Amino acid sequence: MATTKLGFLVQRPPYKSENPKLALTHAIASQSVEVYLEDDDLVTADIAFIGDGILNCLKDQKAQDIYDLSSTETHIKMSLLLDLNVLVCKEDLEKFGLSESDIVIDAEEFGADVEVKVVPYDEINKMMEEMDHLLFF
Amino acid sequence: MGKLTIGCFASLVGSMNLDFSIKLAGAALEKGHKVDLWVSGNGTMLSINDQRPFKDYSSLEKPLKELMAKGLNVTACEACAEARGYHENNTIEGFKRHSMDWYLASTFDADRVLHIGGE
Repeated sequence: MATTKLGFLVQRPPYKSENPKLALTHAIASQSVEVYLEDDDLVTADIAFIGDGILNCLKDQKAQDIYDLSSTETHIKMSLLLDLNVLVCKEDLEKFGLSESDIVIDAEEFGADVEVKVVPYDEINKMMEEMDHLLFF
Repeated sequence: MGKLTIGCFASLVGSMNLDFSIKLAGAALEKGHKVDLWVSGNGTMLSINDQRPFKDYSSLEKPLKELMAKGLNVTACEACAEARGYHENNTIEGFKRHSMDWYLASTFDADRVLHIGGE
């Protein structure tokens, strides 16, 4: 049994490009990767929002109403439902004058058990060091 | 020899990232490495058949086919392609189409993963 750990670093703002949503959809795809692997082999995905990327985590996004598109907020909630480790950089959040109350923290309505963790950059750095490969979006 | 997985999300025209990815894939194959190339988002434009070459725009169908003949394993995100109207009947022969988990599976035994994002 072997595990490959992938770190998805989202540093671009939402809706300006497709990148943040592709980061989330690819990370979510870690849940079905087994079909390509030997028994017990795994690929895991951790997600961290840094820099302008933390704007993807804002609550009450209206993408569905305005663009008829699923929001990055919904994708983050889906990641929580799938027990993915989702980190948000505390310093970058504060840089925008935001706090935990402004962003998605849980997905109780989806039945998710895990929550978004707002952490200092040092902890995101530690997560990055634990990964086998890093993917920047 | 090692295995290199390249993920490229940039468009064929409007960015040079796919050009770079193809050059890099070619260099790695020349050195005897195995190369998987995943294109997603606007990168799926690379999969379209019958691209007409112009001197002012990137044109990668010919070098891509040469690399595929040398063993390049290239796959497009099926959902990203379909969303753009790039259907299977208009895809370069041998260019695979799978869901996003294919890319993650390719990273499993890759010695290096180079993720080259979109524009």
